[in-house]
Amino acid sequence: MSLPLPWPFDRDYMQLALVAGLVVGVCAPLIGTFLVQKRMSLMGDGIGHVAFAGVAAGLLFGVWPIGTALIAAVAGAVCIEWLRSRGRAGGDLALAVLFYSGIAGGVVLTGLAGSLDASTLTYLFGSILTVTSGDALTIAALGLVILVAVVVGWRALFAVIVDEEAARVAGLPVDVLNLGLAGLTAVTVVAGMRVVGVLLVAAMMVLPVGAAQRVARSFRGTLVLASAIGSFSAVTGLAVARAFGLAPGGAVVLVAASCFVVAAVYKGPAGSRLLVTSGNARR
Amino acid sequence: MTPALSVDAVSFAFGSQTVLDCVTFDVHDGEFVALTGPNGAGKSTLLRILLGLLPPLAGTVEVFGASPRDLRDRWRIGYVPQRSVLPENLPATVEEVVATGRLARRGWSRRPGPADREAVSHALESVLVDDLRRRRMHELSGGQQQRVLIAKAFASEPDLLILDEPVAGIDADSQRRFRDSLVHFGRSHGTAVLLVSHELGAVAADLDRVLVLRQGKIAFDGKPEELTATGVSLGVHQTDLPLWLEDPGLKSPR
Repeated sequence: MSLPLPWPFDRDYMQLALVAGLVVGVCAPLIGTFLVQKRMSLMGDGIGHVAFAGVAAGLLFGVWPIGTALIAAVAGAVCIEWLRSRGRAGGDLALAVLFYSGIAGGVVLTGLAGSLDASTLTYLFGSILTVTSGDALTIAALGLVILVAVVVGWRALFAVIVDEEAARVAGLPVDVLNLGLAGLTAVTVVAGMRVVGVLLVAAMMVLPVGAAQRVARSFRGTLVLASAIGSFSAVTGLAVARAFGLAPGGAVVLVAASCFVVAAVYKGPAGSRLLVTSGNARR
Repeated sequence: MTPALSVDAVSFAFGSQTVLDCVTFDVHDGEFVALTGPNGAGKSTLLRILLGLLPPLAGTVEVFGASPRDLRDRWRIGYVPQRSVLPENLPATVEEVVATGRLARRGWSRRPGPADREAVSHALESVLVDDLRRRRMHELSGGQQQRVLIAKAFASEPDLLILDEPVAGIDADSQRRFRDSLVHFGRSHGTAVLLVSHELGAVAADLDRVLVLRQGKIAFDGKPEELTATGVSLGVHQTDLPLWLEDPGLKSPR
């Protein structure tokens, strides 16, 4: 049943896309704010590749692909946090291990399934306009989990960012918090799979944050503003995609990238420093 | 009476290299103690053991009668790291950073209440950065950032404060402000203070005891005037240690 919304959200499929896009637009930057400060901007990408292997497994065995993607993504997130915290691999090496194992697993499993068909591509590149009401409900439920976890735990996660060792000395459950953040990253990736695809979901965790932290004066302000930019990107990207017949996932991410550029330019010379810092964070 | 910090025959080694050899000392409530010694003496390793971040190979450490890892109220330990480890360009205000010092005390998932806000304000005032509370951390100088980290430790109103080289690399004016804040806080709260530093000049007149760690052993444990009487300056130690501190085989003149 359609709601009486104006163009471009006057059709059922656009309204479902709007729900899914807004959930991801709000939630992905919330989690990304913590990842960017921890210099783990590419974690979403790494987990996305593992989630793709999960999707492939689901399609191969004929079970719900979002469920298998969630299982694979959470397992990958736990794995990467274990490698990082035990010092068995540096942050970027742990990510690389996950990255390549995930994509290789996905390739093998799709090969076993027979072909790389259209249903696989919808998870790789997103297919927000084909989101069903069931998908929208699942995405909304995952978004609710992320929202509640961030509202309850953001101060503690922030304390770990400020000084992990001091947080340990103070008795905060640092390992649990780090593991929780990794798990929430996995949930975010799975929630964003149908919206922008596993190849682009990490962009929604990073670009709005890069823009927001240039403008906001506080950490709390950065969280709120990053979510606002993410939501704006989702709505504007969908509208532009419908108006010009573009791929909606890519359009959403391009709007977020434009916001980042505007924030960098708005801040003048400091903007160039942000670009350098962001580059360091990715290495 | 149970000491705030009790270190009994603590030893540690990395492989075959002994780092700490039967280190023993206590720090009592309200006492202001400095731990000093040249680079490589084992100060950092000892500090990590005292904080419960590293288990000793032998010996015991007790904070208020319990192992640091088993201490129920961990907020009773305040810790100021050697330097700010904040991510570059962290979008966080001074007030937000100091407020993280209250988390362990009130429970990490709880929202801050009036008592938390008051403690944060008091901590900011006590290190004279209350006028900077809305500024972003990366806009501050090194000395100002260090004072914010001290305020963060003050915010939990700890009973034992451990500071790791808190004045390293900061100017004389900031050192004087640091001294004023530390002495005022320690005296007003009855907090035991263990200051690990090469540079004790700023607090020399306020110290109750000085411990000198040399090659993993306590080479001196006494009043600061007893140490200075031997010709040791309480400034930078590395270059002016007398022979009895340089060579652990020689005995202290005490």
